[in-house]
Amino acid sequence: MGNNSLGFRKFKDSLFKALVVIFALVTTLPLIFILFYILKQGFSAINWHFLVSLPKPVGESGGGIANALVGTFLIVIVASILAIPVGIGAGIYLSEYKDSRLADWARSGLEVLNGTPSIVLGIMAYLLVVAPVKHFSAFSGSVALAFMMLPVIIRTTEETLKLMPETLKEAALALGTPYYRVILKVILPSGASGIITGIMLSVARIAGETAPLLFTAFGNQFMNYNIFKPTDSLPLLIFNYATSPYDNSHQLAWGASLILVFVILILNIFSKLAVKKWKVQF
Amino acid sequence: MESTVLRTEDFNAFYGDHQVLKKINIKIPRNRIIAIMGPSGCGKTTFIRCMNRIHELTPDAHTGGKIFLDNENINDISPILLRRRVGMVFQRPNPFPTMSIYDNVIAGYKLNGIKLKREERDAIVEEALKGASLWEEVKDTLYNKGTFLSGGQQQRLCISRAIAMKPEVLLLDEPTSALDPISSSKIEDLIYELKEKYTIIIVTHNMQQAARISDKTAFFYLGELKEYGDTKQMFTNPKNEKTQSYITGRFS
Amino acid sequence: MNHSDIKNIHLLSLKERIFKGLLVFAILTVILIVVALFLTLLINSWPSIKEFGIKFIYTSTWNPVKDQFGALPFIVGTLLTSFLALIICAPFSVALSLYLGEYFKSGLTSTVLQNAIELLAGIPSVIYGFWGLFVLVPIIRSLEMEIGVPPYGLGILSSSIILAVMIIPYSASVSREVISLVPGTLKEAAYSLGATRFEVIKKIILPYTWSGILAGIILALGRALGETMAVTMVIGNTNNLPTSIFSTGNTMASVIANEFTEAQGNIYLSSLIEIGLILFFITMIINFIGKRITKRFTL
Repeated sequence: MGNNSLGFRKFKDSLFKALVVIFALVTTLPLIFILFYILKQGFSAINWHFLVSLPKPVGESGGGIANALVGTFLIVIVASILAIPVGIGAGIYLSEYKDSRLADWARSGLEVLNGTPSIVLGIMAYLLVVAPVKHFSAFSGSVALAFMMLPVIIRTTEETLKLMPETLKEAALALGTPYYRVILKVILPSGASGIITGIMLSVARIAGETAPLLFTAFGNQFMNYNIFKPTDSLPLLIFNYATSPYDNSHQLAWGASLILVFVILILNIFSKLAVKKWKVQF
Repeated sequence: MESTVLRTEDFNAFYGDHQVLKKINIKIPRNRIIAIMGPSGCGKTTFIRCMNRIHELTPDAHTGGKIFLDNENINDISPILLRRRVGMVFQRPNPFPTMSIYDNVIAGYKLNGIKLKREERDAIVEEALKGASLWEEVKDTLYNKGTFLSGGQQQRLCISRAIAMKPEVLLLDEPTSALDPISSSKIEDLIYELKEKYTIIIVTHNMQQAARISDKTAFFYLGELKEYGDTKQMFTNPKNEKTQSYITGRFS
Repeated sequence: MNHSDIKNIHLLSLKERIFKGLLVFAILTVILIVVALFLTLLINSWPSIKEFGIKFIYTSTWNPVKDQFGALPFIVGTLLTSFLALIICAPFSVALSLYLGEYFKSGLTSTVLQNAIELLAGIPSVIYGFWGLFVLVPIIRSLEMEIGVPPYGLGILSSSIILAVMIIPYSASVSREVISLVPGTLKEAAYSLGATRFEVIKKIILPYTWSGILAGIILALGRALGETMAVTMVIGNTNNLPTSIFSTGNTMASVIANEFTEAQGNIYLSSLIEIGLILFFITMIINFIGKRITKRFTL
């Protein structure tokens, strides 16, 4: 019967399946290539000296990434301090007053915020924090990153609280507990694993971000512990060294990349395990 | 002579425009067990949820008329203080999952920020667990999580959590409907003993249960209190025809 | 009630009100941030908007010396790289979603693949750019030499390829969801009429899920439009209108990344911020459309 004979249809079926399998598995290739390459290039760069010394002047060999490590740590911590209370508070509000007008506005706003390119958020942090005082700072970088953390923390907090059965709240209230204590002492502890996972995910999201830091934290080749001064960070360092013409800088960048990827990987794995281990069953 | 611990005056309850309770007038005597019965949707759960003002937490809920606890209008008492005097046990056992058995019993105090010495706390926990017939079974595992107990044990834990506050009235919302027959009967025995110290209002679907343990029974139908009297008399010779139909099983 | 009870009640209701106040403060902060986003971008683009008006969008001069700015090269660069990336990633993304959502819903390969894709999504943009610069660009350069085109290596093509790899996880995840949710009874009806698996996919699953797949593509587009670091490192950073996929160029995000800290003068900076504003609006609209389609589908 020509084209639509059973044999031909079966052939198309097998061909299609083969194509699907091949194309799907091929998508893992970039991952393998990238991880492999980073491992190969970065491994040789990492040693104790690398981790604790400051970068050498441009063109000289040697040097390390100590300032970037400290800077990343500083910026991420401050961003978390800014984002976590607001994020959890807003998440509680959204789950407790879900039908209010404020909740609707906030939800729309969060969708916009979540989809905003990180460089635009960097511009906003620049305009709000850097421009008025005319100098770059780690703090302004943290502000930009905090903007990115908020949607993740708020969403996971709200989802976690939504899973709490209503009778939990009622049981606490029936004992004469004031409302705010019900939230703080019963609801939040029961949802702790979900909320902490959300925080870890938000940190994993921002730890590798470069664009928002380009004109906020800006970078600094010296060690800096002051959040109101420009500071270097791992992603910034990688960007600057990767695009420089010196081989030595490239080496440092590979080492830094390995560390960065490793940390983000660990955070993501931890989040998954944490959910399994600490989840409160009802 | 019986004294009245709770009474209502022309009490109405609404969810938005829908009236759930209509002009309820009832007097609850002290240290008795009062069963609240009626077909689904008759307002019996709403009724007890108004006694400790949990009803007002539902959006669009509002009430009319008055409820008096020891002759005080409960709307004039802060709900937090009210709920320490009127305790509640829910249909499904709901111990706090992050707390141990010990902490669950003492939760009412902890959550209220009431500071107690170690000996005081231990005494309260032991007394409450004994009062709920749970002490012997858990006294060696007080610091395990509350959720590891069986259904019947969890419900007794919730009862001991409620009586630890030393309330005057205990509101029980179908406390055995989620349990197996053996646990249910243990809890019924417990409730019967509890009336010495507390006044108990129990909502139940189970007529045999009401007949077994209650002193008085109130029959609700479509939001109205159709009949209220001594249990024995109500079950053998009900005055209201709706009561009779319900008891004889013509509708549930 | 005794005296200390009454005092406690007042203290409690104060604490209660403070707590509720803090919650409201948190939610207002969120709303305020989004409002501030609109306002700061708008206010600071104003000098450039006033100066160039609508011409900004279709002029291609970018001359900081003469303070003449037109954003066309970057708008074109952005759209070109993003759409090219979508085209490149489409077959892989569809294959992935069919693999995970239809052929192998569970099992070892499925779990491994799932995790691999999540890992892929977690790799920072700057590292993609780094790898692209050192591995992909030389390959493209040799390719260009073969073809006889100026062998920059950097350019639109390289950026699109890197972008395609980066957005695969996003477009695949939504598509996979909708494909896996096709009711079993629908598929069984087709099988029981003697259809092959390919025919079920082609005639039943894809028609049923096409709007969900479209939503995934649109959301991935939203992501690609705003992608900065990887593109910046690989696109060549020239401010010309790209003439072919082998040209170098710039996207809206990459020109901001490159020139923001060097911008002297009010108009220069304001023009860059206006580009940020345009990027913001385009992304917002695309995301909005994507969300709308998803909502309609899950209803």
